[in-house]
Amino acid sequence: MDAPLFLLFAFIAVASAISLVVQTHPISSALSLVGVMVSLAVLYLLLGAEFLAAAQIIVYAGAVMVLFVFVIMLLNAGTEHKSSKSPMVKWFGIPLFAVFIGVMSFSVQGMMPKSAPVVFGSFTQGGPVEVGRALFTTYLLPFEVTSILILIAIIGAIVLARKEI
Amino acid sequence: MPPLPASVPLSWYLLLSAVLFSLGVAGFLFRKNIITVFMSIELMLNAVNLSFIAFSYHLKQVDGQIFSFFVMVVAAAEAAVGLGIILTVYKNRSTLEIDEINSMKN
Repeated sequence: MDAPLFLLFAFIAVASAISLVVQTHPISSALSLVGVMVSLAVLYLLLGAEFLAAAQIIVYAGAVMVLFVFVIMLLNAGTEHKSSKSPMVKWFGIPLFAVFIGVMSFSVQGMMPKSAPVVFGSFTQGGPVEVGRALFTTYLLPFEVTSILILIAIIGAIVLARKEI
Repeated sequence: MPPLPASVPLSWYLLLSAVLFSLGVAGFLFRKNIITVFMSIELMLNAVNLSFIAFSYHLKQVDGQIFSFFVMVVAAAEAAVGLGIILTVYKNRSTLEIDEINSMKN
């Protein structure tokens, strides 16, 4: 049952990512990005990361994307204008991109030639209990520093959104 | 056509992560709208998260998931500040096209 689920949601993720890159309207790109995030959440579940799958849906597909859609609507962002591309971009862009993906796939395969198959349920340490225990014992200092980071981000967002700037 | 295996190897997850990251790089380079460029960055962060969680599964340790969690938190903070910057840029320049925001060039 794992392989069909992986293939289905990997296909959805890649298709949505391609749609994100080729759509010209930002709202279409934002909805494609939601598709990527939701299908990645299912893949996290297959890998045994239950807590992060929920956090992915709530934080990314929920909060961050609402922020994006809100700004797109607020600025009334329309379709991109066609710009004159240089001939080098036109002729070498997609082939170079294919070569880039090929080299990355080759190096991943070379790095892990005989990786064990992923079986759903064989790793059960990704629930809220285990993540919370690691977060509040081993990673307590980074966790506290993160709170300062978020405070700075809040102050920065308020300063940027003031009228005078 | 050979029958589908019951489960996929771990390297397939890493390949998916590589493909998503490459698509994010392509969107970052090709798009002209500053919001779409920003969304491509989010796509790259998501691809890296998938790698972290795949290795967390491979090593049977929760640490990779903690890193992924921190990436998520930083991405949320970055989205708030980045969209604030985009709003400010739009207020001052009335454009979202990154090719027209070039006052440091001239």
